[in-house]
Amino acid sequence: MGALGSRTKQEPFIRVVKKTEISIGKTFLLSLFALIAAIMAGGVFILAIGQNPIDVYITIVKGAWRSSIATKGTIKIAIPLLIAAIGITPAFQMKFWNIGAEGQIIMGGIFATYFALNFDYLPHGILLLLMFVAGMVGGGIWGLLPAVFKTRFGTNETLFTLMLNYIALYMIRFFTEGPWRDPASSGFPKIATFSENARLDRIFGVHAGWLIGLVLVAVMFVYLKYTKHGYEISVVGESINTARYAGMNVKRIVLRTMFISGAICGIAGMTQVTGAAYTLGEGVAGGVGFTAITVAWLSKLNPVIILVVSVLFSMLDKGCSVMQSTFGLSSAVSGILQGIILFFILGFDFFTRYRFVFRKAR
Amino acid sequence: MIINFLYAAIKAGTPLLFGTTGEIMTERSGHLNLGVEGMMYMGAFLGFYVGFHTGSLPLALLAAFAIGLFAALIYAFLTVTMMANQNVTGLTLTIFGTGFAKFFGESMIREAGGSPKLADSFMTTISEKPIPVLGDIPVLGKLLFSHNPLVYIAVIIAVICSIYLMRTKAGLNMRAVGENPAAADAAGINVTLVKYIHIMLGGGICALGGAYLSLINGGGIWNNSSAVNGQGWISVALVIFASWSPMKAIYGSLVFGAFSVLQFYVPKDIIQIPNAFYVMLPFLITTFVLILASMRKSKEGSQPAGCGVNYFREER
Repeated sequence: MGALGSRTKQEPFIRVVKKTEISIGKTFLLSLFALIAAIMAGGVFILAIGQNPIDVYITIVKGAWRSSIATKGTIKIAIPLLIAAIGITPAFQMKFWNIGAEGQIIMGGIFATYFALNFDYLPHGILLLLMFVAGMVGGGIWGLLPAVFKTRFGTNETLFTLMLNYIALYMIRFFTEGPWRDPASSGFPKIATFSENARLDRIFGVHAGWLIGLVLVAVMFVYLKYTKHGYEISVVGESINTARYAGMNVKRIVLRTMFISGAICGIAGMTQVTGAAYTLGEGVAGGVGFTAITVAWLSKLNPVIILVVSVLFSMLDKGCSVMQSTFGLSSAVSGILQGIILFFILGFDFFTRYRFVFRKAR
Repeated sequence: MIINFLYAAIKAGTPLLFGTTGEIMTERSGHLNLGVEGMMYMGAFLGFYVGFHTGSLPLALLAAFAIGLFAALIYAFLTVTMMANQNVTGLTLTIFGTGFAKFFGESMIREAGGSPKLADSFMTTISEKPIPVLGDIPVLGKLLFSHNPLVYIAVIIAVICSIYLMRTKAGLNMRAVGENPAAADAAGINVTLVKYIHIMLGGGICALGGAYLSLINGGGIWNNSSAVNGQGWISVALVIFASWSPMKAIYGSLVFGAFSVLQFYVPKDIIQIPNAFYVMLPFLITTFVLILASMRKSKEGSQPAGCGVNYFREER
């Protein structure tokens, strides 16, 4: 009894224990709680800068949906975010930390641009299909590269993909200043605007990227949940040794999954150049690749939730752009609010995985 | 001309040295903080803001350092205590920090009724001037002893960090935590405390790099759209190039600084390489360094083994 007594004394007051399993309902409730806490914390911030939080929040929501033009703008922002986040999902599910969505988007854009600039005499449908495939290949290669080195030499994929982002970014600069420079523009070097033939069609007033995005949501949902590939991805993600023991070809799974991940991000790049910008510029990804990672993670890698979250994030972005005219506040407030929301959800995620155990009173 | 080139390289490399030293401290304790860009942005803003209002360089640097500590505290709390994903938390910090600096930067512009400009006396304090006697040495005097005060501070911090890491007990403990937290825990090291201290310290140092960018590179005028402009990400790359050693970071930052100004010094009529290649070069080289290090499978010069993985005591 004495020995036991001294042991309890040494037991810390609070201890963290891993939860075995948690129901979907509870997870949802916790996420909702986190969101409410985040909105309140954002409110405290807004209060601190001398504004009425409720007014500001209402303005943001109204700003994003106030007119059909605004709504289209919001959806336009959401498209690349959604597609890239869907692209991130299989890689992260495999615990392959692909931080390179930014670069994969860019490569998709570069490859698609090549066809837009050089083959615009082709029939519209064939040209766009070519650009679509080119975008996938470009992004796919950029995703495959780190996977090859990871499987072969164990090269750290987080750092590798991070570097590839910048190599891709400066490739745009190379093409802009060099081979693809528009001879028609005299001053600042830029790539020519795509001809009408190389532009993505609009459906209900917004370029067809949204439809591609929705299709990808459905495909990725099925792919991860109901196919052999999806199962393999989650086994490799849980434990590479288990996968090996089960006779899976881990190397092939990693390579395949990273190609798919990069290819989908490449599609995001393709839709950006052909649907939104009609040209290739250094801002083609503009941080979307990074935001997409946070969106995918926040959504617990569930494609349907990703759809909701990327629309919410775009709403925040679009809504904050009217803050300037209404409150005289910088639209950069959207970054702060996004940050606060993410911080809270990242923090609250703890409670879905762990619980506190308090020292038992004696 | 070569002296001018090297001089410019040192000037361009210094903010990277801050960022890299800070990130090395963070990664050595086992945490990959992708929020360097954000922390530098916050440091850039607050350093400028305080410098603008007080006219005091020490206060400006202290403020930048403090906000770096605070930003890193958020990261540390989420990743160490709440065991959140490090990559995602770091990226979030970058989104947050960039938004923070741009938001308050714009209010600062509004307050000042135009682009805020640092006082002349402040500019004199941070201007480049030779150190008496030492600065008079030919060639070396210009290269080593004629910089703005922040350059020396950066080098001194890097040297101190290097000695701390490699020569002190506390540094050894910290490296142990970064390599194998479970073993360090078993040896009686307070893993959580060690991680908090070094993540925060690292964040503070990174933020100083941001202050350098807004105070020195900005030429005394606040630039709201591109105060940091990717230098934080280059710093993360430089950590790999410097193989997680603050001492090598000093040379590394010089090399990276040299790349960034190289295009202005290469005789264009003799060597014709697209400009984009020069800016891409640091990243290309870093990638090769990363690949080579992994091919050699060397323990030395590669990422600390525990980096990127959160430590949960009851999971062995």
